[in-house]
Amino acid sequence: MIRDITIGQYYQTKSVIHRLDPRVKLLGTLLFIIALFTYNNPVGYIIGIIFLCTVIKLSHVPFKFITKGLKGIILILCFTVLINLFLTPGTPIIAFWKITITYEGLAVAFSMILRLTMLIMGSSIVTLTTTPNNLTDGLEKGMGFMKIFRVPVGDVAMMMSIALRFIPILLEETDRIMKAQLARGADFESGNIVKKAKALVPVLVPLFVSAFRRAGDLAMAMEARCYRGGDGRTKMKPLVYKKRDAIAYIILFTFVIVSIWLGRWSVITDFFRSIYMNLFGCPL
Amino acid sequence: MPLILDHVCQIYNADTETPVKALDDVNLVIPEGQFIGVIGHTGSGKSTLIQHMNGLILPTSGSVYFNGRDITDKDFDKKELRKHVGLVFQYPEHQLFETDVFEDVCFGPKNMGMSKKETELAAFEALRKVSFPEDLYYASVFELSGGQKRRAAIAGVLAMKPDFLILDEPTAGLDPVGRCEILDMVSELHRSAGITIILVSHSMEDVAMYVERVIVMDKGRVAYDDVPREVFSHSEELEQMGLAIPEPAKITRELLKRGFDVDPGVLTSSEAADSIYKALTKNR
Amino acid sequence: MSMDIVKTDNLVFEYIRRDDEGNPVDVTTALDHVNIDVKQGEFVGILGHNGSGKSTFAKHLNAILYPTDGTVIVNGMNTTDDDKLWDVRSSAGMVFQNPDNQIIGQVVEEDVGFGPENLGVPTKEIWSRVEESLRAVGMLEYRLKSPSRLSGGQKQRVSIAGVLAMHPKCIILDEPTAMLDPSGRKEVVRAIRGLNDVEKMTVILITHYMDEVVHADRIFVMDKGKVVMQGTPKEIFSDVPALKALRLDVPGPTRIAWELKQKGIPLPDGILTCEELVREIEKCR
Repeated sequence: MIRDITIGQYYQTKSVIHRLDPRVKLLGTLLFIIALFTYNNPVGYIIGIIFLCTVIKLSHVPFKFITKGLKGIILILCFTVLINLFLTPGTPIIAFWKITITYEGLAVAFSMILRLTMLIMGSSIVTLTTTPNNLTDGLEKGMGFMKIFRVPVGDVAMMMSIALRFIPILLEETDRIMKAQLARGADFESGNIVKKAKALVPVLVPLFVSAFRRAGDLAMAMEARCYRGGDGRTKMKPLVYKKRDAIAYIILFTFVIVSIWLGRWSVITDFFRSIYMNLFGCPL
Repeated sequence: MPLILDHVCQIYNADTETPVKALDDVNLVIPEGQFIGVIGHTGSGKSTLIQHMNGLILPTSGSVYFNGRDITDKDFDKKELRKHVGLVFQYPEHQLFETDVFEDVCFGPKNMGMSKKETELAAFEALRKVSFPEDLYYASVFELSGGQKRRAAIAGVLAMKPDFLILDEPTAGLDPVGRCEILDMVSELHRSAGITIILVSHSMEDVAMYVERVIVMDKGRVAYDDVPREVFSHSEELEQMGLAIPEPAKITRELLKRGFDVDPGVLTSSEAADSIYKALTKNR
Repeated sequence: MSMDIVKTDNLVFEYIRRDDEGNPVDVTTALDHVNIDVKQGEFVGILGHNGSGKSTFAKHLNAILYPTDGTVIVNGMNTTDDDKLWDVRSSAGMVFQNPDNQIIGQVVEEDVGFGPENLGVPTKEIWSRVEESLRAVGMLEYRLKSPSRLSGGQKQRVSIAGVLAMHPKCIILDEPTAMLDPSGRKEVVRAIRGLNDVEKMTVILITHYMDEVVHADRIFVMDKGKVVMQGTPKEIFSDVPALKALRLDVPGPTRIAWELKQKGIPLPDGILTCEELVREIEKCR
């Protein structure tokens, strides 16, 4: 179950996308998502899809790996589609009982599917091509401006990277404790939800105890190694922009501007409307 | 009713490019009443092996028979198996979760469907068997010392009244006296209660003094399965498997090479001293 | 050369348990007038069973705990001096028991770089320190591996490298082998001895495994918060009954030699290794 989540997983291979500075990738995702939600015509989506596919191709991550991440959001996807399909007012196509499906609903539902899948795929690409470490470094540096607002960006980044480091250890530990309790006759499978939840107490209590013990040990080890917050630290692997990052930024901004411009239906319709007006002297 | 492992194989990650053969054609018969030591280097498959014995892991191929029945059968009651074959994991104190020791020891028998009275009786008996200090029966788990926690955890398995008791590294992390105390206690369980004991360890010295049969695991296979004397006579092979033979045996072996008439199969330092003394006085 | 890196003067530490209102209910004396001094380049072993106070002692050397009474001087600095806190910590590096709970980085080399990063060492120098430290413990070829893929012994060697990279004056190892299997123990002990022999690093090894300190220059034995024995390994290990009374295990060869001596075989005191014992027995022939 836990293995199905591709978000946050790293896929090891060599590619241009892997080598890009994490800040480029993070900003890229952000802009991509913003762009997605501004589109209101197929042209925008088509450009978006072409862009996404190109990036996926360049990243050398198998397509199957990226779509795996979609499994987790299928439920959310269906839910949004249904809501939009049935609750958007407009010209009805089919109407039966209390339910009406409208043209507008259909269009909104369809664009929601596109947006959400592209959003998930786009962000999966970042995590699949960036090591967790690199990602936290990117966040730390990219969010550096937050320091003005007294946000301890360095500490938050440290917390994130420690959390990522301990996830596999704690998963292993959960497995071990579950087995130990199974050996004492615990039953995690039968019964209703309440019973199942109760059965987890013998797992969760030792897990928390152990997590706290580890946290204490780790804090001590970090202090012993002179960790005193993010200030005054130097970096073993500082982030430095390379030429390819500059090129990537240029491509990125071009894409965003062009796709938003073309993707706004009104821009195009207005354009054709004005030509029509000029040619025939009356509105379309 | 013996425990039989018949051509048991266990392959992890079978569907990936890097399958791991954790167990490779293991055949064992474990009759009732024996005191067995299982030794092996970390990663030799010994932990995987013992988890097959009470159905926590099912073999990829091959069968495990308990009481004449195949435990992989769909209608086989694994809970019943776990009642008869108790498994104490490494660092078992990490599985304690109840507010006090006594409650925690009751967890196993309660799961086995014993009545309240039976459960409490079993818990008392188990705590007595591990010579847990009486004034701490109702103490919080957090007030106990390392050795006491371990005893409490072992009692938690013992309270289910198993016929087979498997202990994975029961002495890990304890100091020398703590180690001796636990091993003496286990030995006493075998002697007075007639429980079949399977003691897993990577320390030959722990095992040598107590057990009547040693199973050496190496790379998922049973490398040796014999009385300790015989097994330790393969000192070179054992060292290649990353296992050091007990120091007393190492010394008498060295002396034997240099022409002393000593017994190369000694297991304890007193035996070694006796043997060397005899050799020295005979020569005079 | 004979400067004291670590010196404690009548060190006392008391754990005070308080009830809900904060009134003290119980006082446990974990360290009772401990006087231990360690000279530059020395390999000192501190032995004791679980609960003898040896780990509490270790935590004082790194200013994780402060003395209730008495003083701890590390590299000429008093550990209670707040201004010197980070200097104390960087001169007395600590390696702890649990290998999983002290590795911070997700790549071996990044973990080793963690200490120097905290000290504000320039990037270029961090790289050279990381390389030399990993080489010193024989882990250079694993520099790009994830720590979770390493064995316990390898993880502990990475932890040692992480401390080395901070260029400490001495390394304190608090039961670094307690959770390892025999081969892991061996490789860690070998790495520690290498540091002392080759790099001339001052080492304080705290353990309950006697055989790990047979090569030490001096040994302190602790019990109930007190130093009860001190001397060279030979001196310490020749008193087998005293060690047994302290719940400590004597190395196998020493035990056999002692038993033979009880039987009247004229062996010298303080035999520590198998080779030594075999040699001495041959002389008796």
